[in-house]
Amino acid sequence: MKTKLLTLALGAAAFATVSSSASAATLDDVKAKGFMQCGVSTGVPGFAFTDDAGDWQGFDPALCRAVAAAIFGDPKAVKFTPTTGKTRFTALASGEVDLLARNTTETFSRDVDLKFTFGPVNYYDGQGFMVRKSLGVSSALNLSGATICIQTGTTTELNLADYFRANNMTYEPVPIETNAEAQEKYLANACDVYTTDASGLAATRAAFEKPGDHALLPEIISKEPLAPLVRHGDDQWADIMKWTLNALINAEELGVTAANADEMKASSKLPSIQRLLGGEGEMGAALGLGNDWALNAIKANGNYGEIYEKYIGPNTAIGLERGLNGLWNNGKGGILYAAPIR
Amino acid sequence: MTNKIAFVATEMLPEQAAPVNTKGAIAWMQSNLFSTPRDTILTVVFLAVVAGILYYLVPWLVLNSVFFADSIRECREIDTGACFAVVTSRFNQLIFGFYPSQHYWRPILTFLMMFVAFAPLLHDNLPRKMLWFTAAFPLLAYWFLWGGAIWGPLLIVAALVGTYFVYKTAAASLSPILSLIASVVFLIFWLLFIQSWLSAGLTNTIGFIGLEPVESAKFGGFLITFVIGVSGIAGSLPIGIVLALGRGSDMPTVKMICVGFIEFIRGVPLITLLFVASTLLNYFLPPGTTFDLILRVIIMVTLFASAYMAEVIRGGLAALPRGQYEAADALGLNYWQATRLIVLPQALKISIPGIVSTFIGLFKDSVLVSIIGILDPIGIMQPIRSSSEWNGIIWELPIFIGLVFFVFCFAMSRYSMYFERKLDTGHRN
Amino acid sequence: MTVAADFADEAEPFRISQLIYDKRYRSYTIQVVTMMLFMLAVAWLVNNVIENFEALGKTFSIDFLWQPASYDINQKLIEYSSRSPHWKAAVVGILNTLVLAFLGCIFATIVGVAVGVARLSKNWLVSRLMTIYIEGFRNVPVLLWILLVSSAFSALLPAPRQAAPLLGGGFVPTNRGFYFPAPVFESGSGILAIIFVASIIGAWFFGRWADARQKATGEILPVFWIRLGILLVPTFLMYFLLGMPVGLDIPELKGFNYQGGLFVRNSFMALWLALSLYTGAFIAENVRAGIQAISHGQTEASSSLGLPPSRTMNLVVLPQALRIIIPPLISQYLNLTKNSSLAIAVGYMDVTGTLGGITLNQTGREMECLLLLMAFYLTVSLLISGVMNVYNNSVALKER
Repeated sequence: MKTKLLTLALGAAAFATVSSSASAATLDDVKAKGFMQCGVSTGVPGFAFTDDAGDWQGFDPALCRAVAAAIFGDPKAVKFTPTTGKTRFTALASGEVDLLARNTTETFSRDVDLKFTFGPVNYYDGQGFMVRKSLGVSSALNLSGATICIQTGTTTELNLADYFRANNMTYEPVPIETNAEAQEKYLANACDVYTTDASGLAATRAAFEKPGDHALLPEIISKEPLAPLVRHGDDQWADIMKWTLNALINAEELGVTAANADEMKASSKLPSIQRLLGGEGEMGAALGLGNDWALNAIKANGNYGEIYEKYIGPNTAIGLERGLNGLWNNGKGGILYAAPIR
Repeated sequence: MTNKIAFVATEMLPEQAAPVNTKGAIAWMQSNLFSTPRDTILTVVFLAVVAGILYYLVPWLVLNSVFFADSIRECREIDTGACFAVVTSRFNQLIFGFYPSQHYWRPILTFLMMFVAFAPLLHDNLPRKMLWFTAAFPLLAYWFLWGGAIWGPLLIVAALVGTYFVYKTAAASLSPILSLIASVVFLIFWLLFIQSWLSAGLTNTIGFIGLEPVESAKFGGFLITFVIGVSGIAGSLPIGIVLALGRGSDMPTVKMICVGFIEFIRGVPLITLLFVASTLLNYFLPPGTTFDLILRVIIMVTLFASAYMAEVIRGGLAALPRGQYEAADALGLNYWQATRLIVLPQALKISIPGIVSTFIGLFKDSVLVSIIGILDPIGIMQPIRSSSEWNGIIWELPIFIGLVFFVFCFAMSRYSMYFERKLDTGHRN
Repeated sequence: MTVAADFADEAEPFRISQLIYDKRYRSYTIQVVTMMLFMLAVAWLVNNVIENFEALGKTFSIDFLWQPASYDINQKLIEYSSRSPHWKAAVVGILNTLVLAFLGCIFATIVGVAVGVARLSKNWLVSRLMTIYIEGFRNVPVLLWILLVSSAFSALLPAPRQAAPLLGGGFVPTNRGFYFPAPVFESGSGILAIIFVASIIGAWFFGRWADARQKATGEILPVFWIRLGILLVPTFLMYFLLGMPVGLDIPELKGFNYQGGLFVRNSFMALWLALSLYTGAFIAENVRAGIQAISHGQTEASSSLGLPPSRTMNLVVLPQALRIIIPPLISQYLNLTKNSSLAIAVGYMDVTGTLGGITLNQTGREMECLLLLMAFYLTVSLLISGVMNVYNNSVALKER
């Protein structure tokens, strides 16, 4: 009897936690659940990390919070699922997460073959190299024969193979699962070079005891447009992701911040600001959301620029310049050019 | 008369001390360390090796180690040895992961209850009534750890009691197999349709009585190791028994299915099964069904352990003397009666050491879940090591984790050896 | 039961209820029902997969195996580059797994047997130290040992530029790997190989002849030493006569790393060492149990027949102990092979790292990759346990 009880109890426990949801209209499901499930990475400094209380913080979780705020008016109505390079796409495909915001490079095969819809690019990145200054290497073209630590499960290893092949150089790849391990190996001199996205390199170097001893090489060998993504086949949900991000970028362009958003809505005479903040037109209703969707999204963590400054900007430990990720019209070479909300 | 015979001693001689070369430290060393030239050489070489290791290790590990500091830099300023401050300052994370700190008493209480639940299985001189607690433990543990309204677990108890009564009433008029089917149908119907409806109804009418729910994502550290290990072993025992009986069955199809399952699971590494849990399991379930990763991992680990458990129990069944089966047949018991009353009680008792060593193996193997991103002790090393305070820590965390594993596994293996000796009643055939 | 069946009335017509109540038919009923349930369960699972795949627009095909893999692998035993197809990457991984498993099993056996015998030593210190080793390794997860050994290599060994070559420059331990001198085969080494093979055959024939001679005359030759001589002397003589055709390629520091010689990466060394030591601890326990299981009477009987201790061990104890040791030994080999999949924790590109790792991540074909991966491990496991069963049947005591 005892053993039977055990099986039954376990079976029951399993059933009790099974939650079933139809996958046709993600927005309806999310509204019914009362929260959005967001996939993030297991930890990249600045981009996604847990604070002491175990809450997810960073550039990627901030986007999730903005989307949650656009839907529910509450930036806390989101739960996070840490995903690895291996599990991220299945987690999204199987409906375990509703949105994947995990510095994922948009590529042809991921869009077309794996059937995902990418939102606007939220971070323009490229793959770089970090070396010890004492090696006296000034260009990636001098790296023939070097031992290179690579994080696996990303586009990094593919770019690296292509680059060294194109330049007729050899190298010794050391595949590594996590950033922390790669850092340990690199610092112990078990590899000459560490390569990953330039943002990640800068973030890693910032955590070193003597960041000055290490140099980032000038070559950026790939284009890495990082963007949030959702499943194919639910255009309404994809639109929510796309326009929430666009709204955050437009807000920066229009000077709307978390602090002044309410005031702007009440007082601004500019039609573009009124359209963004829901003072004019029925933009939100067309998305299936409330009319103050963008207002809530902006109030969650501020506009794109504010999020950037808070987690990865030049004043943080990560210290990433805006560069390509600046606005197109600020005259510093930025290419963020969000479609207008009208 | 006797006094007259001069050569018979009438008094005992006083006891003499043993010769110096058979007693005492020197004699012991002579016979145990330096008995032959080869022994002497071995002793000297090994002593030198041990001394060398200790010479380098002790200052770093013990003498100069730091137990209290706020960051690795502070550690390095205080002393040159190991920085165990990382263990003391992140102790709670290593044990509980991100489990809310105001609820730490729940896993601790569950841990203590686990011993009470296991006690009647491992000690045969305890009151048999305690088995009821053992049976209730999985539900209790589930409720304590994950929290939520009390209605869910209570209704499951109600469902089980109901199932029992359905079985009893059906058995009065129908054959055992039919009534078993009836009761299983009742249970499945209850769990799938009535359970959530009743539970919601009770919460609405009476209100929420229970513990604050904690998500699986907050579980981590050794808590995860124990949850996976204990639920894996508890779940695998019944499945393992069924598989072992099936493997020994006369019916070819049943035997084939059981053998196929056991050999498949035992033939692939656990890590591939964990990959299946993390990436494929959702594809095997009806579209739209999702449940969280920890539960999927527990299911996979349970299946994994049940194949090994089946082999252990099969060993127990094989070790049972043929006469026991024949005696059961002679008494006119049918298959299930014989299995339940004669075969299993003895076979399980013989298998206990094997079950314990399966458990130790499972307990150790549970660290593999760190590879699929669950923050078990090894998994949680990464976030700790990448935090700015402890960036650069290498040895201290694995040493601590290894030590904890060693203590638990060693204790369990010693207990199982003791149990084996106790069970060894001397009659072998 | 058969008795009851004999008395049953032959003419009694078959009734449906017999399928449940009659023992003769019940087993068929149960089997049919189980089979149906099993098929239903399988069909349910397959159907779910099909539905899920349709909903996601995925297809099930292994065509991706012929696409270029586009990534590099550091340790490859066959020709492979980033332009090679995925299947070739998988084969590279399979070979890496097999090499690791093979070398691991050899070292684990050596360690296990040595420690198992030493554990029974009368020397207190030796047996205690072996106990510490065995318990220490058995009671800590192997993943932790792999990580510890790997960190030890990368943290304690010097970087290539600071590394000090040992043994006359031939052997260089660095935190990237170990450089060994590699043999270079020049012209004439073929002759040497032929001679060596010939000596092996010669040694074998000598063994048979010595056995036959012992059976005929009772005289025992020092077979071991004579065999060693047959094996080594001609080869060595020819080696010098041919003008030393086998040279050594000594590794040298060039650029970032040492070049030349034989380079064994740390990921491999760490895995190999940790897996062998871990498995060795289990094997040691098997060996000890095997030796202890041989009743003391066997040794005494052998001594009373006048056999010296070494022959007692070789001719009496070991043949019996081996029958007990070998089955668990092979299952330890199986465990080691399966544990070698932990290679991904240290970045050794075994089949889990290529097919189940990068290929899976890059192509997004989880189902296909994992099924292939499991099929590979299953094949290896079944082969090993098949060998074990054949062996078990051949040595099993013929009992009633």
